[in-house]
Amino acid sequence: MTAAFDIILCLLILGTAGIALFVRDALAAIAFFIAFGNLLGLAWLGLDAVNVALAEIALGAGVTGVLLILARARLLALGDDATCADTSAWLRVGALAACGGFVLLLAAAVLSIPPESGLDRAITPLMPALGIENRVTGVLLAFRAYDTLLESFVLLGALVAVWSLAPAGVWPGRPADLGMADGPMRRVAGSFARFLLPVALVMATYLVWAGSDVPGGAFQAGTVLAGGLIVSAIGGAIGLPRSDLPGLRVALVLGPLVFLLIGLAGTGFGGFLVYPEGLAKAAMLSIEYSLFLSIGATLALLVTGPNVIGLADPAGGTERKSDC
Amino acid sequence: MSWIDLAVLALLGTGLAFYGAGSLGLLRFPDTASRLHALTKADNLGLGLVALAAALHWGSLAVAAKIALVWLFAVIAAGITSQLLARQARLDGTRSHPDGDRP
Repeated sequence: MTAAFDIILCLLILGTAGIALFVRDALAAIAFFIAFGNLLGLAWLGLDAVNVALAEIALGAGVTGVLLILARARLLALGDDATCADTSAWLRVGALAACGGFVLLLAAAVLSIPPESGLDRAITPLMPALGIENRVTGVLLAFRAYDTLLESFVLLGALVAVWSLAPAGVWPGRPADLGMADGPMRRVAGSFARFLLPVALVMATYLVWAGSDVPGGAFQAGTVLAGGLIVSAIGGAIGLPRSDLPGLRVALVLGPLVFLLIGLAGTGFGGFLVYPEGLAKAAMLSIEYSLFLSIGATLALLVTGPNVIGLADPAGGTERKSDC
Repeated sequence: MSWIDLAVLALLGTGLAFYGAGSLGLLRFPDTASRLHALTKADNLGLGLVALAAALHWGSLAVAAKIALVWLFAVIAAGITSQLLARQARLDGTRSHPDGDRP
């Protein structure tokens, strides 16, 4: 990768970020945010951080982008303009100072790390004991498994928080209907979904399996699964289940639960989250596959959100244009 | 420079030219239908040429197969989304023209 490419990429990232912040039309801001996420993914790819690139493009640009678009459509459907109110100059200056200070601190911290002090040297001798090749997965599921365990609970907690916003009348019902209202559009999106969902399932399962040795893993695979589910729901190819369905509840809790149980079983082998010798890969794959299922279901339901009384179709209701 | 490098350069250049034409159409054409027309036709061709260049450049059958899959999914997704966009634009057009009360 040449310096010219790097510089152009940096300028594009800064430019899209700036436009996303300053453009007054909410939809345009979201579009530039998605472009920004994809460019940032390219930058991670340039740094050979393929795992991070996958996560950034799938979660940062993909899922977050869809979430923002649907949130805007919901606000419009509920009669909110989705506009930004004018804030006082002091608040802006304060926010600028706080963010600028934080950027300086972060830059100082990153630049103070000597290039040769990476985790590589500490981790490489430990990897053979795990039986996997991907060092990122090793860190996420063995050396720093605590973090990942807590993350899986945070994701579950986020869904509980979103669900708790459901009005009393619609709980516990189906999530908001993402299906397109117009018949021909629904059929076009539906046939695309029937083609895409099986492919997404195979792709996601492969990503989990491949995550042991090459970039991939439960979070990236869960996002692919969630993407397939959301497209299918938009095309009406599948109906999303009621939120009190026992099977759905099991799917949501399975990942964190299996992770916790395997972690607790580790106390018999020397400590919490210690994997028995020789079974490390089996334990991590079990955790990854159950996490993948839970993450996929949780992300899809997070994007969908609970039903709201009087909400017209959020996916198709974009005829009103916000001016701010 | 081998003939493969030359072919890669030629394919990349032609592909980028089509991308440029598509983007120009997106910016300059007056309505949704003709903008979609520019995007779907020119960009799909541009993507195909760039994908072909990438496959030739790597020179491995496995990589070429993966690039072909990427190309296939991108073309299918582009076709589907342009259908949806065109339909929505048409619905918006018929809904707003008779009384002309668009904001």
